[in-house]
Amino acid sequence: MSGDQGDLFAKGEEFLSLFNRGARFTKEILRENERLRDELLRVEDRQQTAARTPEDWGKLRGELLERIESLEQEYQTVRERLHQVEEENQQFADRYLEIEEENNNLANLYVASYQLHSTLDLDEVLRIIIEIVINLVGAEVFAVYILDESTGELGVAASEGVPPSEFPGCVVGSGAIGKSLESAEPVCWQTDRSDDLAQPIVSIPLSVQNSPIGAIAIYSLLQQKDGFSELDHELFSVLGGHAATALFAARLYSQSERKLNTIQGFIDLLTK
Amino acid sequence: MDRRQILIVEDSPTMRQLLVFALRRLKDVEISEAQDGMDGLRKISSDHYDLALIDINMPVMDGLKLISLIRSDDNLKSIPICVITTEGAKEDRERAMSLGANEYLTKPIQANRVLSVAKSLLKID
Repeated sequence: MSGDQGDLFAKGEEFLSLFNRGARFTKEILRENERLRDELLRVEDRQQTAARTPEDWGKLRGELLERIESLEQEYQTVRERLHQVEEENQQFADRYLEIEEENNNLANLYVASYQLHSTLDLDEVLRIIIEIVINLVGAEVFAVYILDESTGELGVAASEGVPPSEFPGCVVGSGAIGKSLESAEPVCWQTDRSDDLAQPIVSIPLSVQNSPIGAIAIYSLLQQKDGFSELDHELFSVLGGHAATALFAARLYSQSERKLNTIQGFIDLLTK
Repeated sequence: MDRRQILIVEDSPTMRQLLVFALRRLKDVEISEAQDGMDGLRKISSDHYDLALIDINMPVMDGLKLISLIRSDDNLKSIPICVITTEGAKEDRERAMSLGANEYLTKPIQANRVLSVAKSLLKID
């Protein structure tokens, strides 16, 4: 009997355990069911929200279209600004080039005047004038005339391309060079070259305080030089003024040196 | 970076001053001057130079002779050379280039062109 009771008790225990596991499983299923129901409710709610009304969709679409339009306007404004900036850049670049050219021109003019006033030796001044006319103006054949105040005639003191003796003499007020000296302004006849030594293509009068002291006559340009630029005309003005002053100062210095030597000679003679 | 050394070989003080003005706009360069071909050869043989600007018509030794001496010297032949001259004829250019000049500029010079050529030969931006 006791063996049957033991079996029965063991079976009861097993059944109870099975029942408890079934109860736990049922609870889990109920919880899962609850969770799925909530999930379903959320999905249904989302669906309802999404398909709520065509007006909501229209409103959203309108807002998006407004945003697109606003962005397009902004894009247009940015493009216009970019265009403006590009134009400004171009203007700055052009201005930079202009200033650079002006700077280069000023450097040329500075060098010309600096060199002209760097010496009081007449030959040196003439050499510098020739250097400037060759290197800065680009002339091939030209002559530097100096006025002989006692005769009123212009004689060639230095030349390039043609020996000085081949240039004709001229008088103030007569001929192309002589007339340009009266006008006291550089005269440009605008031809490529002139083989007539009495008719240069450019005549630059040299004068100090409105008194003519000579002229630079240009007859032809270097083959790579293509006409006269604005800088050349400015150089003509610099030469007209500064070369004249430099020549005048050099002549005065030379005369004073000679006089000083003469006086010194007298003094030496008297004191010995 | 070491300063680039430029040698100007030109008999005209006016041109030398003008070239110095132009080249001074380059950063980190040192400019030396020689008044004729012989002076130029002396300087280029005794110091290191990265570029030589050489005139053709000069007293004592002309520019073409100087270029041929530089190009025949193993220690000097790699120095870039730019000729700056009044000679604008095609044959003058060809002669200078055949002797080994890298560039050929005619007078009157334009500072911008000199700068651009110098930058190119010195390989600077």
